[in-house]
Amino acid sequence: MSEKESLHSLDYSVLQQCMHCGMCLPTCPTYDETLLERNSPRGRISLMRAIADDKLEVTKAFGEEMYYCLGCLACETACPAGVNYSHLFEVARAEIEQAHVLDNPERSVIRSVVLRGLFTRPRVLRFIGRLLWIYQASSAQWIFRALRLNRLLSRRFQNLEAQTPIACAKFSHQLIKEIEQPAKTRFKVGVLSGCVQDVLFSDINRDTVEVLLANDCEVHTPPVQSCCGSLHAHNGDIETAAQLARRLIDLFDVEKLDAILTNAAGCGSHLKTYDRLLADDPVYAERAATWSAKLKDIHEWLAEIGIRRPVQTEMPVENKVTYHEACHLCHGQKISKQPREVLRAIPGLKLIELPESTWCCGSAGVYNITQPEMAAKLQKRKLDHIVSTGVGTVATANPGCHLQLVNGARRISHNLEVVHPISLLARAYRQERGH
Amino acid sequence: MANSGAISLFSNRFPSIACLTHKEDIIPYSFDGTAVLQNLPLAVVFPLSTKEVQDVVGFAVENRIPLVTRGSGTGLSGGSLPVEGCFVLCLSKMNRILEVDDRNLTLRTEAGAITAHIAQAAEKVGLFYPPDPGSMKISTIGGNVAENSGGLRGLKYGVTRDYVMGLEVVLASGEILFTGNKCVKDVAGYTLRDLFIGSEGTLGIITQVLLKLIPKPAARQTMLAVYSRMEDAAETVSAIVAAKIIPCTLEFLDSVTINCVEDYAKVGLPRDAAAILLIETDGHPIAVKEEAALMAQLATKHGATSVRVAETAEEAANLATARRSAFSALARVAPTTILEDATVPRSELVKMIRFIQQTSERHQLKIGTFGHMGDGNLHPTFLTNERNQEEMHRVEIAMKEIFNYAVSLGGTITGEHGVGLAKKNFLSHALGELNISVMRKMKSAFDPLGILNPGKIFDLKS
Repeated sequence: MSEKESLHSLDYSVLQQCMHCGMCLPTCPTYDETLLERNSPRGRISLMRAIADDKLEVTKAFGEEMYYCLGCLACETACPAGVNYSHLFEVARAEIEQAHVLDNPERSVIRSVVLRGLFTRPRVLRFIGRLLWIYQASSAQWIFRALRLNRLLSRRFQNLEAQTPIACAKFSHQLIKEIEQPAKTRFKVGVLSGCVQDVLFSDINRDTVEVLLANDCEVHTPPVQSCCGSLHAHNGDIETAAQLARRLIDLFDVEKLDAILTNAAGCGSHLKTYDRLLADDPVYAERAATWSAKLKDIHEWLAEIGIRRPVQTEMPVENKVTYHEACHLCHGQKISKQPREVLRAIPGLKLIELPESTWCCGSAGVYNITQPEMAAKLQKRKLDHIVSTGVGTVATANPGCHLQLVNGARRISHNLEVVHPISLLARAYRQERGH
Repeated sequence: MANSGAISLFSNRFPSIACLTHKEDIIPYSFDGTAVLQNLPLAVVFPLSTKEVQDVVGFAVENRIPLVTRGSGTGLSGGSLPVEGCFVLCLSKMNRILEVDDRNLTLRTEAGAITAHIAQAAEKVGLFYPPDPGSMKISTIGGNVAENSGGLRGLKYGVTRDYVMGLEVVLASGEILFTGNKCVKDVAGYTLRDLFIGSEGTLGIITQVLLKLIPKPAARQTMLAVYSRMEDAAETVSAIVAAKIIPCTLEFLDSVTINCVEDYAKVGLPRDAAAILLIETDGHPIAVKEEAALMAQLATKHGATSVRVAETAEEAANLATARRSAFSALARVAPTTILEDATVPRSELVKMIRFIQQTSERHQLKIGTFGHMGDGNLHPTFLTNERNQEEMHRVEIAMKEIFNYAVSLGGTITGEHGVGLAKKNFLSHALGELNISVMRKMKSAFDPLGILNPGKIFDLKS
């Protein structure tokens, strides 16, 4: 969406495209839970249409409904008519913010600190990440928990404290040079290091670069990158999302690179829509279009150029892995086969399919913080399926899902390795090199 | 009674029955799967047991509140569309499958159970529930029975009616009727259950269904035949039937649909093809193999430009892609998609398809036709825009012409979607006044006050 869109100004055919056939209902996690039409994609679209038709105002109930939606986009996969729900969803949430129907002091403070303060300033985010790392590495967290100081926190913060992710010791730019060259160069690509990914999973970024080098790609990784703005676009702050998009585009030589790559599903799904986001921007529209055309998910790119299978160095020990599909990869970007291709390219690794692999795990951006109850139900459902496979390793390609699965396993004291598919491939290349 | 009065009276008297009345809650119940039609109910209520359904019916009769029964709201004729000032009685939460009896091959379920879940429950014990309406992943069995839904397997396996052995129905009088049983043979009195099948919620409220199951076919074979002339496709169908083969699927796509599918799914269909047939046979592995070989021969003999027989299950799924994506492909072309279901005797199919194509040219409308060639059930699909009034007017005229022509060929205005509101105006022409007047008498016998889904199928007064 562009910055000025509203439900009223939307090309009406976007709303009208929904023929209310109901095929989205069985794929919607919130409808599945409540069996109420209002909590379904078709119900939500009918409310948006009522607003566009002036039969309903933007009310608090509408606001709550649109924030009860996970934005998992399973409905888009199921929709026979090709309704662009993610677009409608973003426009609706932006309109809710403009109408201030959900405002309360706590929410406003959190929104302004998190969305406008933290996630627009990569250096501040890194500073927080560093504090978190010190807190954890210095045993302060252990002491805090051992002394049960968490009991001093409110119930909600107790839950959040228990979910505190483990920060990485180093950030991406400490692990990745601005330009890294392979033995021979077939392609030149840019790599997005992300914001959360940079603080919590910089090792995955390093793995991504190594995999690309092993596949003859020269890798360009600007050292300080800001958030891609997906968090903002999905939470009704389109203006900030557009600012962040411009900043990110400025960091890359869009014309010269063959592709710009991301390893985080949630980011990729949004990064690909920069063309629409900046369509009305006279300076950026053209570059944004090129950007969107070249923006690829890492698995998508590898499948496109052909994955070089790592050479098997030792006798294979058969390892098993199962794969949880991040919503914004399988539904948001329709990338489902490619991550499996990546996993199957690894010698000695057997992929065991996960039941309901495309069902949301409840992470959904900040959903697990804003809607803890529903998020916990989905987390349990996902973990139950993972446990049922009997496999000790689950691969997934999105930081939100990654954390949700780690926390879910901890909740039920289940020993589970959560890993990015690209990290598994990187390990295989390292073995090949004898590391 | 004043509307708000009725609602507070209901909530006070039946606090355990969920009752939605806020705009944000009931707007999503103001439509079903039918294009264009929309109407806001007074309230939506969710009974959880037959007893609670009884309570709702009693209350509605006492207060003269129209009652519209609804499952998942996927109907295509407006059958579950709310009427002015009504309570929507939503059965989606009465969704338990109560019993699978593999000694009598029956399944008993609450009316709100999802059709696909019923098929899965049968499959778990090696049995088969054949009716597969397009919306089976979310449609409820109660809705299927009320509309007598069909599906792709009609030719060989019949429709919903053929699998209903018994029904529990809450009558407008508030009494609970059970009609039917697990006996294959039963001629004791009128077969009342048949009256409720296809009654679209106008005679009573179906709360439980006893279904017949059959053994699951052991093998299946799929093939796709492409034709440059539609007559050749129709000839192939006749030849297959004449060869004493009843395939389980015999699906057809016309040229408009083929091109839309190609635009959307890019499955490599020839764009100049006039027709495609998807043919599937199932049963004993040896019989299936023989039938498939013979059908492939017949297709080639009758002018198919190519015939592909699937070697593996995966290939079979690929071949079926074209047919399966037909509706999706058409639905993306225009803002409003109106899916119709004119049906004619098999022998008249070519005439009907030709007529639809001519009608589309005559009124300058885009109509894609696909459907069930084996049982004569076609889906002319209008690709239009409900906001373009002038075009919608032409759509209405074209639709009327198509229905009239279907009736003139000995066919019907609806093969599997039901009459509801969408086809109400065409019913008397299709059936004649006597049929309608007998139906009216029946309606007033079951529902003298006209509380149950009033104004659907026909009006009480002519």
